[in-house]
Amino acid sequence: MLTIRRFEERCNYLFMQGRIPSTLHLYIGQEAVAAGVCAHLRPDDYLFSTHRPHGHAIAKGVAPRAIMAELYGKVTGCCKGKGGSMHVGDVRVGMFPAVAIVGANAPLAAGAALAAKWLDKDRVSVCFFGEGAANEGAVHEAMNMAAIWDLPVVYVCENNLYAASTPFSKAFKIQNVADRAAAYGMPGVIVDGNDVEAVYRVAGEAIARARRREGPTLIEAKTYRLCGHSRSDPRTYRSREEEEEWAKRDPIPRLAGRLKELGLASDETLERIEQEVQALIDNAVRFAEESPLPDPEDTLKHVFWSEEG
Amino acid sequence: MALMTIAEALRQAIREEMRRDPRVFCIGEDIGILGGFGGAFTVTLGLSEEFGHERILDTPISETGLIGVAIGAAMAGLRPIADVQYGDFLFCAMDQIANQAAKMTYMSGGTVKVPLVLRAPVGATGRGAQHAQSLEAFFTHIPGLKVVAPATAYDAKGLLKSAVRDDNPVIIFEHKLLYGSKGPRAERGALSPVGEVPEEEYLVPIGKGIIRREGKDVTIVGKLLTVYRALEAAEQLAKEGIEAEVIDPRTLVPLDKELILDSVRKTGRLVIVEEDNYTGGWGADVAAMVAAEAFFWLDAPIVRVSAPDTPPPFSPPMEQFYVPSAERVVQAVKSIL
Repeated sequence: MLTIRRFEERCNYLFMQGRIPSTLHLYIGQEAVAAGVCAHLRPDDYLFSTHRPHGHAIAKGVAPRAIMAELYGKVTGCCKGKGGSMHVGDVRVGMFPAVAIVGANAPLAAGAALAAKWLDKDRVSVCFFGEGAANEGAVHEAMNMAAIWDLPVVYVCENNLYAASTPFSKAFKIQNVADRAAAYGMPGVIVDGNDVEAVYRVAGEAIARARRREGPTLIEAKTYRLCGHSRSDPRTYRSREEEEEWAKRDPIPRLAGRLKELGLASDETLERIEQEVQALIDNAVRFAEESPLPDPEDTLKHVFWSEEG
Repeated sequence: MALMTIAEALRQAIREEMRRDPRVFCIGEDIGILGGFGGAFTVTLGLSEEFGHERILDTPISETGLIGVAIGAAMAGLRPIADVQYGDFLFCAMDQIANQAAKMTYMSGGTVKVPLVLRAPVGATGRGAQHAQSLEAFFTHIPGLKVVAPATAYDAKGLLKSAVRDDNPVIIFEHKLLYGSKGPRAERGALSPVGEVPEEEYLVPIGKGIIRREGKDVTIVGKLLTVYRALEAAEQLAKEGIEAEVIDPRTLVPLDKELILDSVRKTGRLVIVEEDNYTGGWGADVAAMVAAEAFFWLDAPIVRVSAPDTPPPFSPPMEQFYVPSAERVVQAVKSIL
């Protein structure tokens, strides 16, 4: 969680400095969802992410330096500079390139689950999506198919209350995305997405259920993105009071407090973790800075698959 | 050698590939229901009895979902053959095809492969504007997709088998008037291109065209049904002493450019015949390619015979007006001699 937070804070800084091109969709505030879910996943489980993928990628085990290099558009990036922020992934650790078309990853996750069902005994597929994506036809179609075929897939809706600037209440007549699970014939579970223990618990049950080949689950994690939708979002569509309320529920200090309360970590331990994470991020940035840019003619490679890569 | 229709040849290709490789499966609407159609044009008829309903997988009517599931399955190690009943329905799943299947290998920097086959029936067949379009040109414009268009039973089988073994997304466009489907699914007004298909295994390589008829006076390039219209036209022209060479590229992406260029260098004249709309068509691309690479061999302007820029109409006389006829091809050839 802390790695995701510090990684993205650094991204934002580098972006503002003009070191990172393009745009950024930061995950700040939602880290407990990625961490709580991915803690249950093995490298050979499949993860399908969204246009806000850095947190998912780090939690699934993609090397932070490869992600950072990708954001820089460097040839050492996890997609060799072909993907960028919205498509980070590394199939070697089970994360496909993130899908930046809202909701379009849902059928892909079902398809990978179908393959898992046939090829492996207990591999699962996990699909993250935002509440905005829940209104996409692709998501409905995929969940229906996942349910009728009992596919080993877990759909994790990160309800951060805003689809770009559109609030949940303008896009839904219902209160909970998870309520739709009943319509597909799968369990729907609501969880506090800022409580990593709670996410860990419900995700564990859903993933275990998928591994047992008992079918899909829809988890709705109620959370909040503490930053804007993307770069230069002034967030004028929501109140600062609301943001302050959610900042009090920030999952990271919350977890730190909990660890101390349970006697699992001292201030010194937490400080040491902080330093280790900072060193990791420093290293990632140095790697990205020092890596070469791709040869422009590499544009022509990888349109079609080649064994040579 | 056995005589087969294209529908039978495709079915045999699927059967052989599914027997050869347990990762190959079919996914689509109405493809395996016992007592059902076997796909809209009988291609998968009877296969679920041999392979079961897990490998001849019927989906709900959910084109985005079924194509997306096929793509995801391909990314994760299976080799799906997805069937959308009518090519027109590909538009329902356009995001999955154009943004997901076509781009996954590229976005991943060449680390993810998508060995997907999409089977899509096309062609004007008395069904009106939403079940009769010719879409093959449309999909040639999307980098990352291979596009094949077989016109004979031999090619249909050999190309489908190659498509299944290809590690990229391949769309195989099948013309509804060429299937030779039998029984209640038979097409009125269809040609019956029953052809010889060898007993032994063979593949037709993706990217290699074929000369259907040799000639020295003009090159006519057709695809799918228009190969037959071009051959009819060549017959008529031969009676007047004009020898047309008829080329069937068989694969649109990647295109066998040299075959076309060599023919044009020989004949000096080119007519392109396609059932797609005129503007932005595949034929325009072939014409541009020839103009760029064989301009000094050309003795006359390149002419394109195509459908007009309208949706396919329903009423038979309008539909006949819409699709390129052999007569129109003859006129086009004569206009540049």
